[in-house]
Amino acid sequence: MGNWIESKGPDSNIVLSSRIRLARNISGYHFPHVMNDEESKKIIKKLSTFMLKENRMPAGNFQLIEMADISHIERMSLVEKHVISPRLAENYKNSAVIVNDDSTVSIMINEEDHIRLQTINPGLQLWEAYKLADNIDDTIEERLDYAFDQRAGYLTVCPTNIGTGIRASVMIHLPALSMTKNLNEILNAITQVGLTIRGIYGEGSNTQGNLYQISNQITLGLSEEEIISNLAAVTGQIINMERIERAKLLQSGRARMEDSIWRALGILQNARVLSNNESLGLMSNVRLGIELGIIKDIDITTLNKLMINTQPATLIKLEGKDLDTESRDVKRAKYVRENLK
Amino acid sequence: MLCQICNKRPANVHMTKIVNGEKTELHICEQCAREKENNPMNDAPFSFSNIISSLMDFSGSGAMPYTPKENIKCPQCGLDYAEFKKTGRFGCSNCYESFGNRLEPLLKRIHGNTQHTGKVPKRTGGIIKIKRDIEKLRYELKRAIDNEEYEKAAELRDKIKNLESQDMK
Repeated sequence: MGNWIESKGPDSNIVLSSRIRLARNISGYHFPHVMNDEESKKIIKKLSTFMLKENRMPAGNFQLIEMADISHIERMSLVEKHVISPRLAENYKNSAVIVNDDSTVSIMINEEDHIRLQTINPGLQLWEAYKLADNIDDTIEERLDYAFDQRAGYLTVCPTNIGTGIRASVMIHLPALSMTKNLNEILNAITQVGLTIRGIYGEGSNTQGNLYQISNQITLGLSEEEIISNLAAVTGQIINMERIERAKLLQSGRARMEDSIWRALGILQNARVLSNNESLGLMSNVRLGIELGIIKDIDITTLNKLMINTQPATLIKLEGKDLDTESRDVKRAKYVRENLK
Repeated sequence: MLCQICNKRPANVHMTKIVNGEKTELHICEQCAREKENNPMNDAPFSFSNIISSLMDFSGSGAMPYTPKENIKCPQCGLDYAEFKKTGRFGCSNCYESFGNRLEPLLKRIHGNTQHTGKVPKRTGGIIKIKRDIEKLRYELKRAIDNEEYEKAAELRDKIKNLESQDMK
């Protein structure tokens, strides 16, 4: 299966990754935001002992990373790679993550809830991601009593996660639909079926790099299967719409489209200073070029790696020393040049 | 989910702010978002707790705002209902039981539903799962009888008996 950054999956020329997150709490303990330090440590110990020492976990080797043991930059880099959430990094004094070798599975401890189990697959593989998450969830439940209620389902800190506790999402590249402004229409349609769409770097209207995240909003009253089916079906439709828009754009103005794709590559290969914003925008054009088969000698996984490794914290981590914004932009340009030769 | 400003149109604009580790979310419709944008004076700091409060004050029938007569306290973690309204976060899993059916209108507003129909934990939820399976089989049994599929009905009846005996244990 592999990591979404370094490997490809079904429909990889539009969908970057499929993610499942399950929110769970252990019965009989206060929720993380009201726990004292001692209790937090107890929860981390409880989970890590049986999961790591007994080696009972499916999906490879796991290690425990306590957030307090790593630097701020390392934590932020894990956020940029989507291994942990910003919240886990913020609550670093009392939180931890259990993660497997290729970061396809991460179990966040003391995030908003005691457990936030996450699986990520490359491309459109929601069912595969869910199967694995479900399997690990069962393994944890063999040993720990979850807070569960027959009527309300899995009990969570926030009432918006109650029931299944599931958040299923796909990260999707929609340059043609963004360009033709058809996204609002989609937005209206998908909210009718309990789904939502948002930008992945920066919430709200400032979507960068034409990357969006589509996910379920409703967690109570529908089964996991229904939630995933809805999302998979809607994603399938959006993929089709994006393909049609891409074809239309090519037909009506191939030269213009190719021009913007090759110019973007030209800038990325030659720039000496690159802001994160500019580089994400250009990378979207190049990604589109690869997805359409216009650019043939660059692999999509190269672009995934570029996108992640040029994020501020990961860039600083690669450099091994702190960088101000200006030197970061220079470093980013250098990194992109060297990896896009 | 409905827009948290006008409570009329579906919410399709989602904002998250993280200030000093404090996360606030706003789910509103496009129209209200535009109005908010056009009027910078209107940018009062919204907070997640305000939103939860406003959802809870809604009785579900659209009539009088819902105001609880007494302030209930969760015996396990000490969180009281007024505090929950402020933060929108439960202190422990027992809060759900403590606040009981006061939560129903809120859950209904968020999810459009109040009954979980998804996964049940295998070990601790064993009995719940059996009960649910029995319900499902009874429904199938009824259909089999209606369709005069008596062999199938007999099979289903045995299955139900078998599960019921497990439920009794």
